[in-house]
Amino acid sequence: MSALTLAAQRAALSAGRCSRDLTEEALARAASTASLNALISCDAEGARAAAIGDGPLSGIPFAHKDLFCTRGLRTTCASKMLAEFVPPYDATIVERLTSAGAVSIGKTNMDEFAMGSSNENSAFGPVLNPWDTTRVPGGSSGGSAAIVAANVVAFATGSDTGGSVRQPAAFCGVTGFKPSYGRVSRYGMVAYASSLDQAGVIARSAADCADVLQAMAGHDPRDATSVDRTVDDYRAALDRGVRGLRIGIARELFSAGVSDAMQTTVHRALHELEAAGAILVEIDLPSLPLSIPAYYVIAPAEASSNLARYDGVRYGRRAAAVKGLHDLYSRSRAEGFGTEVKRRILTGTYVLSSGYYDAYYLRAQQVRRLIANDFARAFATVDLIAGPTTPDVAFKLGEKTADPLAMYAADINTVAVNLAGLPAMSVPAGFIGGLPAGLQLIGQAFDEASLFAAGHALQSRTDWHLAMAPGAVR
Amino acid sequence: MAIETAQLHRLAHLARLDLPAEEERLLADDLGGLLGLIAQLQNAPVAGLTPMAHPHDLSASLRPDRITEVDQSGALARIAPEMESGLFLVPKVIE
Repeated sequence: MSALTLAAQRAALSAGRCSRDLTEEALARAASTASLNALISCDAEGARAAAIGDGPLSGIPFAHKDLFCTRGLRTTCASKMLAEFVPPYDATIVERLTSAGAVSIGKTNMDEFAMGSSNENSAFGPVLNPWDTTRVPGGSSGGSAAIVAANVVAFATGSDTGGSVRQPAAFCGVTGFKPSYGRVSRYGMVAYASSLDQAGVIARSAADCADVLQAMAGHDPRDATSVDRTVDDYRAALDRGVRGLRIGIARELFSAGVSDAMQTTVHRALHELEAAGAILVEIDLPSLPLSIPAYYVIAPAEASSNLARYDGVRYGRRAAAVKGLHDLYSRSRAEGFGTEVKRRILTGTYVLSSGYYDAYYLRAQQVRRLIANDFARAFATVDLIAGPTTPDVAFKLGEKTADPLAMYAADINTVAVNLAGLPAMSVPAGFIGGLPAGLQLIGQAFDEASLFAAGHALQSRTDWHLAMAPGAVR
Repeated sequence: MAIETAQLHRLAHLARLDLPAEEERLLADDLGGLLGLIAQLQNAPVAGLTPMAHPHDLSASLRPDRITEVDQSGALARIAPEMESGLFLVPKVIE
């Protein structure tokens, strides 16, 4: 079996295979790759009972990141806090993909509450990278990237607060798309940092991401941050090509911390785009180094507020034999949350507390403006911005767990995009020592179409996105 | 940047997090390290910049003031840890 794409799945359906066969095959592939630990819940029963209609994704099996609420199917956020939580409603994107005819086979593993860059913060155990099972798949959407790279399904949903779709896609050699903030509804997506969170998609190719995003995107009155703007025709954008498209090569995205091999590999991929007609221009994003400290103030601040809802009263874990109401709150939360979540809640509490608010939170929001202004200035002269998605290839399991700051520092090329609310995509860009490297393309707000055009142009000339991981089902 | 134990206890109280003694040292060290990282913001050239709370500087969109949600109280009661007569149960607050 070659790389699983939407085109391959559709071809099978047009050749007379029935959707039930596709579902059974996907379930069998999920079972045979269970050692990767990419799924928290496998929903064979739901997948077999799914009504597929004749939507744009009819009969195509996929998986949802386990932070999208699914009615009647537990939604854990990879946390002990929600280990038994069965939502009474569907997230908007769950509804939309269901009505497009796609068949969910289950919920993918992730870092707890989407906080992490390695998938090692899951209460359900780490996910292994199909390219090298001694390495992390990235995070937080590690299960979604691994299950696509393992050839189990053609696509999976993800969420991206600081790189959580793009970074695992890069580490696993697949394509990850993070839309503009507000492009996709957050209704029913468990909140981490509300001004940064955005739902995205991981698939083999830009073309497949385009088809899936087309089904997910659009205004939703149930999410007040969802933006009421027309959704472009992404499929039409694929064939636009890149002739005359100006791509800014941001010096800071190639700076200290990015390995020499990564720089060389990504430059080689960019020269493919140049050969396809794109114009490469050097640009600067001088405030980029400040994006890590700004992110690690704003995201924990919003998280500490969002996660206040887990109090052991209405839903989620509740501690037993408590002594009073305060004890109920504190012990339910202590038992339910893992170390990284506690770390971020405490950080958020600190930066929002009396006496520190102006020095940290308000200042971080000003720095956020500085970063957004850098992007705005750059986009006055270029159509897209490019650089490596990550400083290096996937690291070893356990390599960074003892040093949270080293883990955070590796997010340097992705978090600024969320602070500015821009769309971005990671596309496979070649290999370093047998491990995948990712090229990140960043677009102007709501110009997802140009990203799809560039991604497709690159993938029409190269086949890195179709390479099979050693741990993939063949 | 070090975090004193008393300061950690205050944060844990504000965050309603019970911290086991064996986690305290590690969390205090981690938090101290993180505060060192975010101290970089202090030298950023931000004079005169308006803080940015929303990436597109948009305010939340409003919808017509109509009831659109159906009554899900039964379904919500089923996932509550302790519920009686339509009320969430908590330990006694007033003696």
